[in-house]
Amino acid sequence: MMLRLAPMLIVTLLVAPILAGLAMALLPAFGYLPALGGEAFSLAPWRALAAQPGIGRSVAISLAGGLVATAISLSVVLLYLAAASGSRLDRWIRRLVSPLLSIPHAAAAFGLAFLIAPSGLLARLASPSMTGWERPPDLLIVQDPWGLSLIAGLVIKEVPFLLLMSLAALPQLDAERRVAMARSLGYRPAIAWLKVVAPALYPLIRLPVFAVVAYASSVVDVAMILGPTLPPTLAVSILTWFSDPDLDQRFLASAGAILQLGVTATALLAWWGLERLMASLMKAWIARGGRRRGETSLHLTGKLWILLATGVAFAGLGGLAITSVAGFWRFPEALPRSVTPDHWAQALPALGGPLASTALIALGATLLAAVLVLAALENEQRTGRTASKALWLLYLPLIVPQIAFLFGLVVVMEQLGTRPTHGLIIFGHLLFVLPYVFLSLSEAYRRIDPRWTRLALTLGASRNAVFWRVRLPMLLAPLLTACAVGLAVSIGQYLPTQLLGAGRVTTVTTEAVSLAAGGNRRVIGVWALVQACLPLVGFVIAIGLPKLLWSNRRGMQGAP
Amino acid sequence: MTTPHRLELRDVRIQLSGKTLVSLDTPIAPGEVLTVMGPSGSGKSTLLAYLAGFLAPEFQASGRVLLDGRDITALPAERRGIGLLFQDPLLFPHLSVAGNLRFGMPRAGADKAARVDQALAHIGLAGFGERDPATLSGGQKARVALMRLLLSAPCAVLLDEPFSKLDTHLRQAMRRLVFDRLREAGLPSLLVTHDREDAEAAGGRVIELSS
Repeated sequence: MMLRLAPMLIVTLLVAPILAGLAMALLPAFGYLPALGGEAFSLAPWRALAAQPGIGRSVAISLAGGLVATAISLSVVLLYLAAASGSRLDRWIRRLVSPLLSIPHAAAAFGLAFLIAPSGLLARLASPSMTGWERPPDLLIVQDPWGLSLIAGLVIKEVPFLLLMSLAALPQLDAERRVAMARSLGYRPAIAWLKVVAPALYPLIRLPVFAVVAYASSVVDVAMILGPTLPPTLAVSILTWFSDPDLDQRFLASAGAILQLGVTATALLAWWGLERLMASLMKAWIARGGRRRGETSLHLTGKLWILLATGVAFAGLGGLAITSVAGFWRFPEALPRSVTPDHWAQALPALGGPLASTALIALGATLLAAVLVLAALENEQRTGRTASKALWLLYLPLIVPQIAFLFGLVVVMEQLGTRPTHGLIIFGHLLFVLPYVFLSLSEAYRRIDPRWTRLALTLGASRNAVFWRVRLPMLLAPLLTACAVGLAVSIGQYLPTQLLGAGRVTTVTTEAVSLAAGGNRRVIGVWALVQACLPLVGFVIAIGLPKLLWSNRRGMQGAP
Repeated sequence: MTTPHRLELRDVRIQLSGKTLVSLDTPIAPGEVLTVMGPSGSGKSTLLAYLAGFLAPEFQASGRVLLDGRDITALPAERRGIGLLFQDPLLFPHLSVAGNLRFGMPRAGADKAARVDQALAHIGLAGFGERDPATLSGGQKARVALMRLLLSAPCAVLLDEPFSKLDTHLRQAMRRLVFDRLREAGLPSLLVTHDREDAEAAGGRVIELSS
């Protein structure tokens, strides 16, 4: 009975908060919020918004940054898949995708910042021999006004996401046979891949790509670390207004939230236009029938860019690690003169509380999500109906900008008199954890051979027994992986924790991001590294536990 | 295991969008193996799915299935008391050999462990209880699958081309083992196959379906 309610429950849990949140951003945006004395509708918030210094530039950076970051990420992924399918680099990259994806955005952004800052690792390695710099140059590299470092930070995180989505979709396409066919007609491999596989792959990863556009145009934590400051991106400005002690600023923030919704919608619309354009260009390129020209450069760029993206991510983590134990470290020296545990020793007492909060919230949200997803998938198995049409609803929390609805959701909660508790934050995280858990588990669940169920039933097992004694143990590995993904998503959340917790619940992530403004690198190094390592614990368990449990069951090895 | 059971198909007719695929009206006596033959697409597997209780909703079925005089047409698969032997042995990969045998045993039965040991000895696999099923040979897997079916104490058995994936020499031995056991247990059985030798080895009536 409960099972049949699961799909409805999931849809309600995902859609209702978003609609309520949007509504409660829309009303104050037009001056109506009785609790704060806004009794009548007016356009005053919008006039105030238009009068904000640099608002035009904020919007432009959010819009352009989102589109450029997505375009670069997608190009890197497609060129890599075209150039490297089946090579040694390919196997190596595939193994790195999941850990890369699990690094929280904030930690990756800090890593990048430590790498490219004027006094960062890159400048140190090149100085003074190549640059002649004896002291850090006076350059605005991190937080540059054009948002270039912001775009770079987004790209290193979105590349693994799009890559994983593509790798999950590719088996449906029988890519090897398509490429082999094209090669027998004289096409070089990378060109063949781009001409016969890419056009079929894109429709399958379109929703994830839209999610990237939406995320990149409205991100808060990465923009606080890497984005421009005068003015910041629109999303960061909104958060500043919302957090202002002067409650009248809430009207301004609401108008900003609705504007952000418009900016993201515009970005998606522009992306749709780009899709049309690319489609017709591709059509012409394919029709021209070129088979060889450009193969070498495709091969090189395909491999080079993915190496750069993954290399930067890992070098950034290395930078965090070095900084967190660095003693005295004069500028052009590539490595610190001494290593000290002091920063860790100082941070440790403060780590306990946030660490416990992070774990509690992540485990709570993931557990809830796993139960709901299992119930929905089990219901699908029993009724034989797949709810494929509802799938786009799963992407709703990933496509509607967080800042636009979370913030109205806080107003709803305030109206209801709900106090900021861990429970409320778990519920907020569930919105983002649930889609990822569903997306990572559904494939494995639907692929399981139906004969196992029939066999178990004819042996007299009840429907419930089939679930507990057959399906669950057989799917343990993918289930644990899905949970690890859920944990990683929850651990990386900044905005829901910050807003729904009203700043009173600190997690490792909110603490790390709030340190960004302080600028004490050693302490940031410690917190960002802890944040980066936490999700790895989940993945280690997800990979290790099934290996341990099924060490004596060969038929269970090699399952994903 | 020795009480004789009786399966009756009364005016069973299965249709797909108005076209009749299978039409059968016959009893199957205790210990009898009825063979249904036909090319692929003739509705053999549909018939099995119907009898086992897994018929896909796009098919329309009429008629009744009686097991020991009891109408089981509307019962869900797990309460029909009909066992199924597949083409593949399908030993649960996460359970040991003994775990597989225990899976279908009725809950009430006492001294399960002893019966499992006895059953393993019966099929020449004494001491194999704790083994990983993936480490067994094809013939051993097939025997475990058969024993798992028998231990679940079904009242009738459906055989879905159970020998088609075995080597020729194994096939002979397995046929003999399966049919002897079914007869011994007094189980009415329905064998679906496209291999004439299967039908001959079964030694019962043969019904041909046309495509």
